[in-house]
Amino acid sequence: MEILVCVKRVPDTSENEIVINSGGNDIERDDLVYSVNEWDNYAVEEAIQIVDKVGGSVTVVTVGDDESEEVLRREMAMGANNGILLTDDAFEGSDGKGIATILKGAVEKGNYDLILTGAQADAGAAQVGGMLAAMLDYPYASLVNLIEAGDGKLMIGREIEGGNQEMNEIELPCVLSIQTGINEPRYVGIRGIRKVASVEIPELGAADIGVDASAVGEAAAKVKRVDYFVPDTGEGAEMLTGSTEEIIDKLIEYLKAKGGLK
Amino acid sequence: MGEVFAYIKHAQGVADDSALELIVAAKKIAPGAPVTAVVTGTGADLDKVCTAMAAVYNAVWKIDNAALAYPNAEVVRKALVNVVPAGSIVLLPHDTFGMDLGPGLSIKMNVPFVADIVGVDGVDGGTLKAVRQEFSGQVSTHVSCDISGGAVMNIRGGVFQADGSAAGGAVVDKSGEAGDLSAKRKFIEVVAAEAGDVDITKSEVLVSVGRGIEDQENLEIVFELAKAMGADVSCSRPIVDAKWLEKSRQVGTSGQTVKPKVYMAMGISGSFQHMGGLKGNPFIVAVNKNTKAPIFQVADVGIEANILEFIPELTEKIQEL
Amino acid sequence: MEPVLISPASFKLFGFIPTVLFSVLIPIVGVGLFTYIMAKRIAPLVKANPDFRFDRPKERVLNVLKIWLAQYRHPRYMMAGVLHIIIFFGFLILSVRSSELVIKGISADFIMPGLGGTLGDIYYFFKDYAATAVFFAVIIAAIRRGIFRPDRYIYPKSYGHDHTNEAVFVCLVIATLMVSESLFEACLVAAEVQKGLHATFLAPGTLAWLFKNILLDATPEKLQSLHILSYYVHDLTFFFFLCFLPMGKHFHVITSLFNVFFMRLDRGNVRPVRYGVSDEELDNLESFGVKKFSDFTWKDVLDFYTCADCGRCSDQCPANRVKRPLSPRFISIKGRDYAFSHFPLMGEFVAQEPLIGEGGIYSEDEIWSCTTCGACEQECPIGIEYINKIVDLRRGMVDSGNVPQSLQKPLSSLEKRGNPYGKMEKKRSEWTKGLEDCEVKLFENGDTADTLYFVDSVTSFDERMQNVARATAKIMCAAGIDFGILGKDEKDSGNEVKRFGEEMLFQNLKRENSEAILESGVKNIVTADPHAYNALKNEYTGMPPVNHISQIITKSVSEGRLKLKPVNEEDGKIYTYHDPCYLGRHNGIYEEPRAAIDAIPGIRRVEMMKSRDRSFCCSGGGLMLFYEPEEEERMGALRVKMAQKAGANVIVTACPFCLVNMEDAIKVAGMEGKMEAIDLGELVAAHIDN
Repeated sequence: MEILVCVKRVPDTSENEIVINSGGNDIERDDLVYSVNEWDNYAVEEAIQIVDKVGGSVTVVTVGDDESEEVLRREMAMGANNGILLTDDAFEGSDGKGIATILKGAVEKGNYDLILTGAQADAGAAQVGGMLAAMLDYPYASLVNLIEAGDGKLMIGREIEGGNQEMNEIELPCVLSIQTGINEPRYVGIRGIRKVASVEIPELGAADIGVDASAVGEAAAKVKRVDYFVPDTGEGAEMLTGSTEEIIDKLIEYLKAKGGLK
Repeated sequence: MGEVFAYIKHAQGVADDSALELIVAAKKIAPGAPVTAVVTGTGADLDKVCTAMAAVYNAVWKIDNAALAYPNAEVVRKALVNVVPAGSIVLLPHDTFGMDLGPGLSIKMNVPFVADIVGVDGVDGGTLKAVRQEFSGQVSTHVSCDISGGAVMNIRGGVFQADGSAAGGAVVDKSGEAGDLSAKRKFIEVVAAEAGDVDITKSEVLVSVGRGIEDQENLEIVFELAKAMGADVSCSRPIVDAKWLEKSRQVGTSGQTVKPKVYMAMGISGSFQHMGGLKGNPFIVAVNKNTKAPIFQVADVGIEANILEFIPELTEKIQEL
Repeated sequence: MEPVLISPASFKLFGFIPTVLFSVLIPIVGVGLFTYIMAKRIAPLVKANPDFRFDRPKERVLNVLKIWLAQYRHPRYMMAGVLHIIIFFGFLILSVRSSELVIKGISADFIMPGLGGTLGDIYYFFKDYAATAVFFAVIIAAIRRGIFRPDRYIYPKSYGHDHTNEAVFVCLVIATLMVSESLFEACLVAAEVQKGLHATFLAPGTLAWLFKNILLDATPEKLQSLHILSYYVHDLTFFFFLCFLPMGKHFHVITSLFNVFFMRLDRGNVRPVRYGVSDEELDNLESFGVKKFSDFTWKDVLDFYTCADCGRCSDQCPANRVKRPLSPRFISIKGRDYAFSHFPLMGEFVAQEPLIGEGGIYSEDEIWSCTTCGACEQECPIGIEYINKIVDLRRGMVDSGNVPQSLQKPLSSLEKRGNPYGKMEKKRSEWTKGLEDCEVKLFENGDTADTLYFVDSVTSFDERMQNVARATAKIMCAAGIDFGILGKDEKDSGNEVKRFGEEMLFQNLKRENSEAILESGVKNIVTADPHAYNALKNEYTGMPPVNHISQIITKSVSEGRLKLKPVNEEDGKIYTYHDPCYLGRHNGIYEEPRAAIDAIPGIRRVEMMKSRDRSFCCSGGGLMLFYEPEEEERMGALRVKMAQKAGANVIVTACPFCLVNMEDAIKVAGMEGKMEAIDLGELVAAHIDN
């Protein structure tokens, strides 16, 4: 099976407070470190495991600049066979639809049976996979946490509310967005990355993949980020005082407001 | 601006909580515009939901088809594309179904898609200013989007509280316009989560218990509180060590990483290792008799109390609601 | 003169078969078979990876004299140890006699060169006592092993059949050797007495003496038969035993001498990924660590052969104690059984399946369960090593991407941020805020000082442990030490990164720290973290001298630069000191921390049963905090109970990880209010009286 996995380089923000820059139009990125989007990492591991079972190859693709190459290398160190870097000034500032449009170009340049994306990335929109599938007219399923390869089709499980799993049969070729926990991604150490350090990764621009530059990038984006802001949260806990009854009343008000009571 | 539609999720003849929230969001996005509920499904359950929605929405469009018996997003998308007029605004809940449907629907309708909306800052000349969150909720952002030509928008659950809207809409049967509903993805079945096997990583509200509970028998009061709140019970490492609760309930770097909306830290001191398992910037309530417990540094609301006394009282009050 | 009894060299069986034939054949067949078996046993050593064990011969010979010959570690287990010492020395003494006997079967008058005169008289006198002592020792050992069965020898089902039968059988074989040797001698002396000749002196109370007295009334024919019979029983048993040794746990009789000679000389370090390959050339290696059996070094294989299954390692192992899926002796026993089955005595070598995972002999959890505390190696009486093997097996898993999810995040944070928590580098010096009357210089700002305080990750970032950093700084300020920190230029020391098998990441951390330290121009380094101490001292090269804060305290107090005020005697506190593994066992620092505590006037300190080199690991630091194998109890909880048993109510540690684990354990054990844990630095800082 030929599998394309779309990955994204994202800032690693889990342990650090995010600070908004003075312009308010971005987060302060100077002190950030980057890694591959966690969901994408699961998708790559899943692709490798499928190929280990049924044969084929895994290609990882990302839209970005030169720095994005590092996440391709990391995923290739994991076991992906090929990497493709989609890079072009025209791609900058694309919204979700723009990214899907670019990826569509890359998909059509190849001959893939299965396209995987992570369920979501740093912006938390969970949109590119579904858009890409619709553009390609491929069937799609999101939040996939189980894949069993069959003949010309897959049996997949989707994670739905309440910890339940929705089982579907889906025809190939298709697009799936992968939920974390579908597998246990293997560890990639520095040694693994060095081993693939000299592998050539092709860079493709808009013209190479037949994408109309005016259909992507900032100008074509319909959904634009205006600014960043941090919702107010004071330092330390607000200590509730008074009689137990008063405390409980205040607490219940808070819980209602924050969705803590169902 | 086009017509406004809200997709109604339902099961067993009962509409999802999101049904009452979407109309509230719709009123903010398109003030004054009539809002039509779209309900897909089949049979008596569908009719029941349509009737209920007619009391809330200005109109209800019913699409009855055996292929829609289970809400398979691929099939629902086809029906919506055929039924909903071009240039419309479609609201969906941002849940496992809405995430499955929304992005593809926007492409097929050729309209913009705005994901996971947590607030609306108003509409200015057809341009919507919405609030979203990025980086696991660590920062918020305003996004603008021209919705004059229609849009698909996914609304986060729980942020637009149902406001008791009422309208006397009529149910219109649109089943005939659904068109070809064949799809390349076939729903097979829902495999239920194993009984008793709570997945706290998916819980929205957690009542988390620590060493302050003192004795295994006292856990009962925690479960009662969780039940009253509609929450799940999680715990810190010492509780698992003592084998009072199963490992799958442990929050921490060595346990589960959880992303609830509300986290009730009961008798938990809030060690580094424990807090490491808490992600997504939840609203943290800390109850501890030790005011110096580090949990108070990170909690939003703190209460100095012995949980053994405080929890039963809180439970009682919540049950009275 | 006609001999009193016909010797095996001249005896004719049934009057016509010269038994000398047997005397010649038995040794030839025995030695031939033994040589064949040994050749097969050596095959896996030849196929194994290189190991560099021929350096520092003087120290190695000293080890042999102390650990092998003087049986230095044996009395740590008194009963078994003393029995073993008796058997060991008995064997040494009797090996001469046994060799002599073999030749006597061919040439009756043969006497071992040198034993003809007075020396011989002394020797023959003592060897009978030796034989008697060995006889009784093996009988007691057999009863102990077969009937009383100490817990140490119990085999969990998952590890296969136990060795009790083998142990008891060997005891009986040895007893047979002792009895037959004594009988052979006794028959001859009894015959001499009967004929009124000058009888050879037999030491009173020995087996030979006893048998002689019993046989005084026997007929000459009977004595003659018994004489010949006992000779060949001895001869056969001797060569049978020789060939039986390489078949199981008694291989140690042959290999222990070599194993002790080749045992590790240094502590606190981990062997290189591949001997003969420099750090810079590591990239060229196809594979890292031990994945299949032949990836072990020859010393590893020798270790496997040498394990006598005595169970001392596992008895001391904290992981085994809390029922984690690790018992060090089975690392060896399973390795030995693997070597035997894959390099069989007959037939082709068997293809090697991976050691870990399905069908393998080790499980992932087993290998991750080790805290590298070193208690096993400290105890092994014959120099078997575990940490190197565990680390090499981990290197193999890391190289295959096979790392538990809970460890992947801290490892990737270490790669990106230089600390396992993923905290920003610039926050590394935040602990200095809130420090009063004590200036901490920051080398990243261009400050200079003689001394570098190397803080390391947990002390820099963990809110509780930051207090240890502040206490350490206060002590140095009070002692008038001119010091500074690297701040954001400091990375994790990597001590645990290395021990978790991520060698390349360790190399990066080491390189970055080394550059920063050398650039700062400091003349010495102080740390309060034994893990950092160990890494800087034993794993880094070209560093200025490194001291642990306990050494600084002791020195400063003795030089009068640091004055401490008395404890408040009304508080009823009784202290006990918990030896951190990486300060004690791995670096031999046992006295200074105790001296530092005792320097506080009026302090009351008691010792736990398990202290100094038998200290019980708190469950480990560094990445161990992120990995929790299945266990029935926490090591720390056991440890605080030990402190309670010793009569203490305050545990003093000298390691931030010990403090984390102890404080956690006190809560788990429900001993809040009854027991507290404090860092040595915190304790001393609270009593500064300058």
